[in-house]
Amino acid sequence: MPQTLPPLDDLVACHQCDTLHVAQDLPENARAYCQRCGTILMTSQPAAMARILSLALTAFIMMIAAVSFPFLTLDAQGLHNATSVLDAVLAFNKGFAIPLAVAVAFFIVVIPLIRLGALIYALGPLVREQRPRAGAKRAFGLAERLRPWSMAEIFIVGVTVALVKVAGLAAVTVGPAFWAFAGVVIITVLKDQMICRYSIWEALEQ
Amino acid sequence: MGSSGTVTGLMSAREAGLVACQRCGQVHAQGVRYCKRCDGSLQSRDTESLQKVWAWLIAGMIAYIPANLYPMLLTNTLVEHTESTIVGGVVDLMHHGSWGIAIIVFVASVMIPIGKFIAVIYLALSVQRRSNSQQHERHKAYELVEFIGRWSMIDVFVVAILSALVQLDTIATINPGIAAVSFALSVIFTMISAQSFDSRLIWDADRTQDE
Repeated sequence: MPQTLPPLDDLVACHQCDTLHVAQDLPENARAYCQRCGTILMTSQPAAMARILSLALTAFIMMIAAVSFPFLTLDAQGLHNATSVLDAVLAFNKGFAIPLAVAVAFFIVVIPLIRLGALIYALGPLVREQRPRAGAKRAFGLAERLRPWSMAEIFIVGVTVALVKVAGLAAVTVGPAFWAFAGVVIITVLKDQMICRYSIWEALEQ
Repeated sequence: MGSSGTVTGLMSAREAGLVACQRCGQVHAQGVRYCKRCDGSLQSRDTESLQKVWAWLIAGMIAYIPANLYPMLLTNTLVEHTESTIVGGVVDLMHHGSWGIAIIVFVASVMIPIGKFIAVIYLALSVQRRSNSQQHERHKAYELVEFIGRWSMIDVFVVAILSALVQLDTIATINPGIAAVSFALSVIFTMISAQSFDSRLIWDADRTQDE
């Protein structure tokens, strides 16, 4: 093995393939990729932290709106049925399907809210250049670990499919919660793209 | 030894006698248990990775069978009671001329799950055989599986929305069938299977052969 390794703190290993790289100060808005497998190692956006925080706050508030307002309403032959996001969760309310109701509630509402809350908790003090809160590392770790299980964007595509299926049967009106939910999805995607794990962990370390 | 290492001159943390944190990228001396930067636990390689991958994958494949045999949606209208399976739902959509939606549902509920089973089996087998060919392709396949697997959930959400929305007493009601549960379980199990796969293993093979 080569004997001359730089100090360990200057090294960064790719989390996907374990290849070592020497960490460098990136020019603004640059991205560093793993030389072997092409995974993004770090990005440099000086204002990213504040943007992530504000987007997370916005998404959190919109999510609450998305849960409270009517989501879709259906009219057919004089009958009327208004559905909220919670009703969609409670659709699986019979016997065998109850665990599924819990899972769906977690995928589309609870986990997205936990992720946003954890991010706000962990990044809030960093943006104001204060010391990180106790448990901030755990909160950010949780937010990252839950990422694949937050399925709001998949839910919106599912809703679109469902709308097409019903379109022939009845008139469906889209309520304010639908737009709030769509907003949450777009903001979450933008926010997740800005997150550079390496820089956030580095900032949380101090 | 001098400039030894891999052919390309790239070296893994393990090769350098170090252990890297998968959460934050910080590198430590081998034997350190917890990351000093993010407090995450450190493991040079997940030695049980493949066991977990196989166990969850088999569970996912088993759950996928009833998901296709039993009805996903129970529809009651004034005149008839129909039950549709996953594939039946796709066929219905095609009859209605909604080709775009039919394709989305078919891709999410049939092509992605089956493609995922095949991809995970291939990845696990190639790591077990210590294959050192097509590492870039295999890594791409792994990333694709990780990224795309969750999208299979579309059909479960469609069922949830339809069942909540179409509750018009006698005229028309839609209720979820048992297949919705087994399909959701299948997706969850295969997601855990893919997450258990330690992608660093793909890149280890050529190193052991070099030495």
